[in-house]
Formats: sequence, structure tokens, C-alpha cells
Amino acid sequence: MLKTEKLTKSFGGNIAVNAVDFQINQGEITAIIGPNGAGKTTFFNLISGLHRPTSGKIFLEGEDVTNKPSYEIAKMGIARTFQTTKLFAEATVMDNLIIGHRLRTKSGFWSAVIRSKRYRKEESECREKALQVLEFVGASELANRPVASISQEEQKRVAIALALATDPKLVLLDEPAAGINADETSGLAELIKKMKQAGLTICIIEHKMQMIMNLADRIMVLNQGTKIAEGTPAEISRNETVIEAYLGGTPHAQAH
Amino acid sequence: MRSFPASKWVVPALLLVALAIPLLTDNSYYLNMLIMIFIWTIAVSGMNMIAGYAGQLSLAHAGFFGMGAYTLGLLMAKAQMSFLVSLVMAVALTGIVGAVVGMISLRLKGHYFAIFSLCMGVIISLVIEKWESLTEGVRGLLGIPIPKIGSFEFSTVTSQYYLILFFLVLAMFVNRQIVQSLVGRTFISIRNSEELAEALGINVMQSKILAFVHSTVLAGLAGALYAGYLRFLGPEVASIEHAFEMLLYLLVGGISTLWGPLVGTALVMAMMQLLQSWQDYRMIIFGPILVLIVMFLPHGIMGALARLKMKRQSVLPETIDNENRVIEKGTTDRRLAGGEIDA
Amino acid sequence: MELFFQQIVNGLVLGSIYSLVALGITLIYGIMQLPNFAHGHLYMLGAYVTFFMITHYGLSYWPAILFSVAALVVIGMLLERLVFRPLHHAPHINSMIASIGVMLFIEATARKMWGSDYRRLDSPYDGVIDLFGLTITEQRIIVILSAIALMIGLNLFLKRTVIGSTIEAMAQNREGAFLVGINANKVSLMTFAIASGLAAAAASLAAPINLVYPSMGAMVNLKAFVIIVLGGMGSIPGAVLGGYILGLAESISGTYINSEYKDLAAFALLVFILTVRPTGLFAKEAR
Repeated sequence: MLKTEKLTKSFGGNIAVNAVDFQINQGEITAIIGPNGAGKTTFFNLISGLHRPTSGKIFLEGEDVTNKPSYEIAKMGIARTFQTTKLFAEATVMDNLIIGHRLRTKSGFWSAVIRSKRYRKEESECREKALQVLEFVGASELANRPVASISQEEQKRVAIALALATDPKLVLLDEPAAGINADETSGLAELIKKMKQAGLTICIIEHKMQMIMNLADRIMVLNQGTKIAEGTPAEISRNETVIEAYLGGTPHAQAH
Repeated sequence: MRSFPASKWVVPALLLVALAIPLLTDNSYYLNMLIMIFIWTIAVSGMNMIAGYAGQLSLAHAGFFGMGAYTLGLLMAKAQMSFLVSLVMAVALTGIVGAVVGMISLRLKGHYFAIFSLCMGVIISLVIEKWESLTEGVRGLLGIPIPKIGSFEFSTVTSQYYLILFFLVLAMFVNRQIVQSLVGRTFISIRNSEELAEALGINVMQSKILAFVHSTVLAGLAGALYAGYLRFLGPEVASIEHAFEMLLYLLVGGISTLWGPLVGTALVMAMMQLLQSWQDYRMIIFGPILVLIVMFLPHGIMGALARLKMKRQSVLPETIDNENRVIEKGTTDRRLAGGEIDA
Repeated sequence: MELFFQQIVNGLVLGSIYSLVALGITLIYGIMQLPNFAHGHLYMLGAYVTFFMITHYGLSYWPAILFSVAALVVIGMLLERLVFRPLHHAPHINSMIASIGVMLFIEATARKMWGSDYRRLDSPYDGVIDLFGLTITEQRIIVILSAIALMIGLNLFLKRTVIGSTIEAMAQNREGAFLVGINANKVSLMTFAIASGLAAAAASLAAPINLVYPSMGAMVNLKAFVIIVLGGMGSIPGAVLGGYILGLAESISGTYINSEYKDLAAFALLVFILTVRPTGLFAKEAR
């Protein structure tokens, strides 16, 4: 579904991502793991169009999207979450979510001023979508709560709901389980499985190895910007290079 | 109307009072003051659009006010154009210049944009001051004819009052429609996080330009009305001090609230009038007020009121069974929550 | 040709002043992420203090400057403590607006206390020096040399002392600046002190050449902002270099183009450069 070829990004001499060939298959959960500073988030920033790659190419369903801006990538069906959720803390969950479907609407300034028929239709679509994704992530009861008043784990769910509101094909999750406890982590893993069952393709960055090993269909390991291994969870946990570079000698070690 | 003040009758009542005032008094001192409040409210509401809702602090708005004023003044005084045509041209010109300036400057982030806009404001005011062959420079532009629409002359203070009230209501209506719409939500999402907005498929640059052009058009409109009302202009209308005053009005009333510009402008301008014998002390008082506001009342008067109200509401039990109500509440809360100012 | 060299000297004088003011703004920005719009008004206060110390209290030039620098150091520290430190954790736009409030207050107060008149400070060094056939007033030489001395002094402070190097590290790179273990409050207090002191020194040095009046800080302030935007906000070499470039550009364009539009040149330059390079001339790509 998504493919990168020799994808490279350097920041003034520091190479953050180095010639990575990578593939995300339709309908799978693909995980990217690696120590801090391995270039995982930068890799996400590249495929979601937030940063322009220094060299290399990105293909989405065969189409070259290498230099497309972020908002166009989103329209083509790649949604993402951020490590910090970036939600608007003072607004309600619902208000945060409504904007998620904005990219599928066309109403501009004047139709908003006169509240044209199309505008009213699009606005109610956005609201329906928001309620729908909120239900999907199991957080309907939060609709009217200000984001500031809900828990860390609930915020993570809302952030995922926001990504889903864009009607994506591929969802990039950047450390969705960071900062939440073990119970909540397994709940989140359930949600990610549910997303897969709903036909979404998922790519996830995570430090919690146990969760990844249970969840992922395939794993890529990055170290210092370079891909050092790729394979199924079983293959990765046996891989000598990975164990040496990342797991610090003990297979299945919790990195977190 | 779900905007604050929430009660249905407050806005119509305010409007009725505004319409009735000239019938109750023909004291031109008060009418003049109200006219000035209306004019500056329009300009400040423009500043609110870009700074409050889209989160980009622009200090160029006194410049755009001056540009609107001089465009109307010059077209009427030197090109003998009619009032309406001049007004449209003034608004169009500030919009076009706003679009060009926006395209250049809105790529800049945070402080860079504020500084750039400050410099833009200075450039506009310097051009007005120095281009004497066109603007008469510091001598001032005199001889702007009385505005006329058809055969009706806006020669009395009362007629000007209604003319400017009309544009104030229009501007506030348009702002309300925008703020409480997907377009306004788009602006707010950009203020919240440009990265997130972009990742949600929003063309951030395009939206920022839209917000900026809307805001410069309002500033230009206010300037043009000002020129048509006073009928003489000096280059100080565009001076950077006015931009700072507008910022003061906006912050006192409440940045990123719909009614903040009106409340703040009315309150501060009325206070300035009361303190007129203290003319020299004005900024000695208002400078520290600005500091105290950002420290203790960062959402201004309307923002503080809205917060109080929200607190009271959230004590009430939520009913989720009625979907309509949920949606309605959603809108109110989001708008009420809009008091946040963020870089 | 002689006119040209004369303008070079004038440009260096102007550039010295701009650089010193811009250095203060860039340090404060680097440490606190605050574009201090009141900085030019601290400059103005510095000029007034020197002026009154000489004309009313009979101090001679150099002690008056020292007194002025000391006074502004205190004022700068007070501002940091009373206004900007409490706002440190608020959204950045808040402290920027607060600095506008401080600016309005200082200018109005100066106008009230001292009137809007332009005042002239007579230079104790009104002789001229003949340098390779150029006649230069001593005061101009003093400005140029003192500015260089101050910059060298600042540089030594930033490189050789622990707190200085912390300030530099924080100004240039916010990551990992706390490694040295110095209290952040102390750093921002020191930064305000240094920045205000530099502004006072610049104003006092320039006072005999320029006039002293309440709004004298506004234009210098704006130009210093142009400089640090060009030089990269927070960059120390950028501020120095930018200051001299702008000083020279203004003095040369003022002679050869049109002095009416001299003030415009700086802003036009800024608009042009930001149009081409949105992050300033010397800024590195942010990660």
C-alpha cells in the first residue's frame, strides 16, 4: 500500500533517516521500533508529508507522493497521531473532533456566512462523523467533556478518533501507549485490532515491546536512521542484530 | 442566537437600543463617541479574526485602517468618485494588499509573523506620511466630500450614525457566522496546532490567508468609514500606536470572543473620554493595564464571563439522550472555550 | 570618494548603536523566547539618565554613562522580576503583549516627566581627528571604539564565565542548557540586566550625536528587530553583523538614494529577505 525507496532525511549534516526501503501492506499492522533517536518519528513525519525528504521516494498505492504537502497526503488517505496528542485542551472532545472531517467538505467563506444548503449538510456530516468515530473508539460518553478534564488514556483514544474522522485508509500511530498503564495499554491494543478488523491499514511506533509483539504482523527495526531488520515478530525476536543493537542482549526485554 | 450573551433577547434588545439612541438624544458629543466606538470595533474585530481565532498576532492593522481611510479619502477628494464606489475600492484594495502581504508573511511562524506585520504597519504609515504628492503628507488630506448614496447626503451626525451602525451590525453578523462555522473551527484548529491541522488535511496556509484577508478587509472598511465620517485625514491614523490601542481594546474585551471587540472598545474608549483631562496619563494607566490583563485576565472580560458561565453549566448533569441538545451544547462550549490566546 | 568614506564612518557609528541594542534583544529572545518590544524604550531611558546626570547633576560624561548603565540594569532586572518572569509559563503571545504594555508605559511616563522636547547633549569630545585625510569627530570614534570594547567584553563574559556560557548556550540552543545546573531564573535575570545595560550604554554613547526625546527608542527598537530577524532570532553573531550591515546600508542609501525614504530602507530590506528566506538569513533548518 505504501512504499518508500531509499528514503533519506538529513538535518544540516545529521542524517536522521538513512536510505530506508520500507513497505506497508494493505490490511496489516506494521510496527516500527528502535531506540530513542533512531529516526522513527522523523520517518513518520516524512511519510505524512510534514517534512520533505532529502532524497528517496514515497509511493502510496503506486502513486508518487514524495513531495506532496501534508494536507494533500491526508486527503489521499493517510491519517496520523502525534506523540503528544496536540488536542485543543480547552474545547470539548466533540468540538475537537468535528474538524476531523473538514477535509471531506468543500464549503468556503461565503457559504458559511449565508449557511447555504450544502454548508448545512456538510456541517451535519461532520458532526455525525465525529459521533461515529467517538463511538468506534468507545468514548461516546466523553463528547461534551473539555479535553483538559479527561484522562491521558482517553485523550489518546480521542486523538485516534480524530485521525479516523478523516476517513483514512492508512493510520500512523506515534507511540499511542506512551504514558498509560498496563491495563489501559491492553485496552488500546484491542482498539487497534478493531481498527484492523474494520479494514484499516495501520503503522505504529511503539516502545512497549509486548504490545507490539502481540499486535504487529510485521516489524521494522530502525537504529540511527538505518533499517537494521524487518520481519514477523517471531523473526525479529530471534534476530541477532536486533538483540544486540536494541534489546541489549536479552530477547523480549521491555524497552520501557 | 447561541452566542454570548446567551439569552435570546439580549442581542435584539441591544440592537433596538442602538437604533433608538439618536431618537432619544441629539447630543452630538455622545453620538460622535458612539460612532468612533463602532468604527474601531469593526477594525478590532478584524484584528480578532487573525489574532484571536487564527492565532497569528498582526500588528499591521492600523496600517490597513489607514490604507482604507486614505483610499476612500483620495478617491473621493481627488478623483471625485462616489462614496459607494470609493468604499468598495477601499475595501477591495485592503483585501488585495492583505492577500499579498499574507502570502508572504503567513509562512512565518509565531514571533516572526508579529514582527513582520509590525514592520508592514510601519511601512504603510511611512508611505502615507512621505508620499506627499499623493497624500499631502503631514499637512493632512482635506476636502473629502460629504458621503452620498443616491441623492441622500450623510451630512448629519445622526445619518452617519445609522450608516456606520449598519456596517457594524453587518461585520459582527458575518464574524458570528464565520466563527460558529466549519470555517471558524478551521481557524481555531490552526491556532491550536498547525501541525495537527495540516495532518487533518487542512490547507493551513490557505486558511490563514483567508483569515488575514477577512481581517484586513474589516480594518480597511473601518478606515474608509472613518474617512467618510471625519472628512479629513492625517498620517497618524495609520500610526503604530493605533495598532497597540486596538490590541488593548481587544484584550480588555476578550480576545477570540465574538463580543470582546465591542465590549473592549466601548469600555476603553469611554474611559479614555472620562480621563480626557488626564490625556497625558492615558498610556501611563493603560500600559500597566495591558500587563495586568495578560497576567490576571488573559481572556478579557467576555472570556472571563464565558468561563464563569461554563463552570456553572458543567455542574449541571449532562443529558446525552437528546442528540440535538448535545450538538447545541457542543457549539456553545467550543465558542465559550475560545478565550484561549496562544502563539 | 571622500563622501563615501565619510558615510562608511557614519554607517559604522549607526551600526555600533544598532548592534548593541540588537544584542540585548537577541539575548532576551534567546533566553526567554520573548520579543521585548520595550527594549528601545529602555534605550531611551538610558539616554535621559545620562542627559540629566550631566546637565542637572554635573557629572562628567563617563561617570554619567556608568550611572545610566547601572540604573538601567536595575530597571531591567525589575522588569524581569515583576513582569516577564511571572509570565514565563504563559503562552508566548502574553509576554509579547506585556512588553507592548511596558513600552507604552515607559514612553508615556517619559513624555509626562520630561516633555516631548528634543534635547541636545553637548559632547565633551567635540574635537575632530584627521584620519587619512578624513575628518572625523572624536565622539564618533568614541562610539565605534566603545561599542567594539563592549562587544569584546560581552564575548569574554559569555565565553569565560560559567553564567556567561550558560546564557550563550541557552540563547543559541535551548536543548541541554540546564546541564550546567544554573538556576534558570538567575540566567534570565542576568540576561535582562546585561541587555538593559547594553541599551543604556548604546544610548549614552549616541546621545551627543543624536537628539534625546521620548520617542527616540521606537525607531531604534523596530530596526533592532529587523536586524535580529535578519540575523536569526537568538543569534549573537547575527545581531552584531546585522547591526553593522543595516547601519552601513542606511547611511549609504541615505546619501545616494533619498534621505526621505531612509527609514523605509530597513523595513523594505526585511520584507524582501523574509520573502525569499522565511527563517531569516542565518537560521539553520529546525529539526
